[in-house]
Amino acid sequence: MNVPAIKIEHLGFSYDRQGGKIFSDFSLQVNTGERFGLFGPNGAGKTTLMSLMTGLLPFNEGNIEIAGYSIKNNNKTVKQYFGFVPQDFSFYEELTPAENLEFFGAWYEMDKKEIKTRSEELFNILQLDTVKNNQVKKFSGGMKRKVNLAIGVLHKPGILFLDEPTVGVDVQTRYEIINYLKLLNTNGTTLIYTSHQLSEAEALCNKIALIHHGKIIAFDSLDKLLEEHKQEGLEGLFIHLTGKPFDEA
Amino acid sequence: MKLAATIKKDILILLRDRVGLLLMFLMPLFLVLIVTSIQSSTFDIVGKNRISVLICNKDTGRLSKDFVHALDTSGMFKLTYIGTTVTSQQITEEIRSKDYVAGVLIENGFSGQLQAAAKQTSGKALQSFGLEGDTTTASMPVGENTLNLYYNPVIQQSLKLSVKGVLNSAVQIIQSRETLKDLYFSINEAPMPDSLQNEMLRNNANIKEIQVGTGNEKIVLNASQHNVPAWTIFAMFFVVMSLGSNIVKEKSSGSFIRLKTLPTNYFVALLSKQITYLAVTFLQAFIIFFTGIYLFPLIGLPALQLPQDIIGLIIVTLISGWCAVSYALCVGVFAQTQEQANGFGAVSIVILSILGGLMIPSFIMPESFKPLMAISPLHWCLQAYYGLFLEGGTLRDVGINILSLIIITFTLQAIVLLELKRKKLI
Repeated sequence: MNVPAIKIEHLGFSYDRQGGKIFSDFSLQVNTGERFGLFGPNGAGKTTLMSLMTGLLPFNEGNIEIAGYSIKNNNKTVKQYFGFVPQDFSFYEELTPAENLEFFGAWYEMDKKEIKTRSEELFNILQLDTVKNNQVKKFSGGMKRKVNLAIGVLHKPGILFLDEPTVGVDVQTRYEIINYLKLLNTNGTTLIYTSHQLSEAEALCNKIALIHHGKIIAFDSLDKLLEEHKQEGLEGLFIHLTGKPFDEA
Repeated sequence: MKLAATIKKDILILLRDRVGLLLMFLMPLFLVLIVTSIQSSTFDIVGKNRISVLICNKDTGRLSKDFVHALDTSGMFKLTYIGTTVTSQQITEEIRSKDYVAGVLIENGFSGQLQAAAKQTSGKALQSFGLEGDTTTASMPVGENTLNLYYNPVIQQSLKLSVKGVLNSAVQIIQSRETLKDLYFSINEAPMPDSLQNEMLRNNANIKEIQVGTGNEKIVLNASQHNVPAWTIFAMFFVVMSLGSNIVKEKSSGSFIRLKTLPTNYFVALLSKQITYLAVTFLQAFIIFFTGIYLFPLIGLPALQLPQDIIGLIIVTLISGWCAVSYALCVGVFAQTQEQANGFGAVSIVILSILGGLMIPSFIMPESFKPLMAISPLHWCLQAYYGLFLEGGTLRDVGINILSLIIITFTLQAIVLLELKRKKLI
C-alpha cells in the first residue's frame, strides 16, 4: 500500500491565542505522484497551509505527515524529503546561479560532485546555461523564477511545494516552468501547488482542493469536479460553489 | 562541507559589497590617519609645533627683554611681536582673528617692579645675616599687575596652565638672578661674574624620566603608539554595521525562509558568519598596523612600533575580534530592521568606546563612570593592546584583560544562542 505524500489530520492553527482559528479540525490527504493544486482567494489559508506543511509555522493541534513521517518528530528526515519553491525569491542575489546552487546543495547535504552534475542538468533544462555565472541580481523576473525553482528541485525531492511559482513571469517562461514541473511529476515527484493563475492550474493539476475560510469546499480531480458541478473551468466552479467570483470571495 | 560552503557564500557576498568593504577597511584607515595626525601635532607641541603667542612689550627696561628672551628660548612658544601702542582691546581682537593661543602684555614698569622685588628680597636677606640692606620699595609697588596673559577661550585648561607655568618660571628666574646680583654687589661691591650667575641659577636637580612599563624594551611613546591600537579596536567593533545588518537582511529575505526548510541548523550560518567576520577583523588590524609601520613614516608621522610579543599581539587581536563579532551577532539577532541594527550598532559602539577610554582617557573619567568601564569590551581590548604596545608587556601581563574579554564574549554568545532558541531557529 502506497504511503500518502501528505496526510493532515485534525489540524488546528491560529496566529495568536486570542485570534480566530485559520484552520480547525482540518484534514487532507495527497497521494504520492499527484499534481495537487490548492486554490482559494486571498486570505483563504493557502500560504498558511503551505507554511504548516513545510514546517515554517509550528502547530499545536492535530498532525501532519510527510511520506509517512510526522513533521513534529522527524524534522530533519522530512526536510530532506521535500523541496520548496516559495513565492518570494529565496536565494542570494549577490551570487550567481551556480554559486547559489553550490551553497543550497551543501545545505541539502549533497556532495560537491553531485551538486555540480545536478546543477549542470538543471541549467540545461531551465535554459540558464549562458547566465549561470552571472550575478542573479541582474536577472529578469522570469530568470529569477527559474533559479528559485532550480534550488527547490536541486536534491530531487520526493515532494515539491510550489507557492505561486510563476507569479510575474511572461507567458513563454510560464510555459517552460509548467512543462518542467510536469516532467518532474512524470519522474515521480509529487507536486503541491498553489496559485492565483486558474488557467495555469487547469493545465498542471490532476487533483485540486478549493479552500474557503480555512475549509475545503471541493476536493477531487479537476475533471470530476467540473463534470459533477457542470462547469467548464475552475473560475466557474469557484463561483458556483461560493456564489462569488474568485477574486472577491 | 556545509560550513565550508557557507563560509564561501559569506565571503563572496562580502567581496561583492564594495560599499561595505570601503566602510570596513578604508574608513578605519582614514580615521586612524586623521586622529594620529592631529594627536601627533599635540604630542609635538613642545617639539617642532610651538604654541603661537602674541607679545606686546610696553616696558622699556632691561628685565622685560630678558623675560621675552627667556620665553623665546624655552622652546615652547613661537612669539609674534606687536607694536607697543596697542590697546588691550586690540590685543584681544588680534588673538581672536589670527588664532593665537595666547597673548602676553608686559606693562611699562615690569622691569622696575621686578628690580624692586629683588632689592627687597636681597635687603631682607642681608638684614637677616646681620648686614645692612636696602629694603625700600621701588616706584611700582610689588604686587601690581605688570604682566597680563590673554588666552584664547578654545584652549584646554591644561594648555593654559602650561603656558602660565612657563611664564611664572621665566619671571622667577629673572627675579632670582636680580636678587643674587644685588646680594653679590652688596657684599662684594663689585658686579657678579656671569659665570657664577649662571652656575648659581643652573638647575642641578636634573629630572630623569622613567617610563613605567612591564617589559624591558624601551618604547618610544608617540601619537601612533597611542592611536593605532585604539582606533583598530574601534574599527573591529564597527563591523557591527556590516555584520549586524547582514544578519537582519538575511532574516528578512526570502533566502531565510528557504534556509528554515532545509535539513541544516541555522547555527551553521551563524558559525560561518563568525569565522568570516573574525577573519575580517584580523585583516583590518593587519592592514592598520601595516599602515602604521610602513606608511606613517612616509607622510611624516611617527612609525608604529610593534610589541615584542607578536604571538601575544595575534592572540589579543583574535580575541578582540571575536568579541567584536559576538557583539555584532547579538545586535543582528535582536534587531528587527537594518535601520535598527545600523543605528543601535553605531551609537552603542561610540558609547562603549567613550566608556572604554578610546576617546577620553579613562584616568580623567568621572569616578561615577568608572564602574561602567568594566562592561565595555572596548576597555578590555584597549588595556590589553596598551599593555603590549605602550608598556612593552607580554601575553601574561595582559592576562586579566583577556580573561575579561573571554567572559564578555561567552556572555554575548550565550545571549545569541538563547534568543535563537527562543525564536526556534536552532
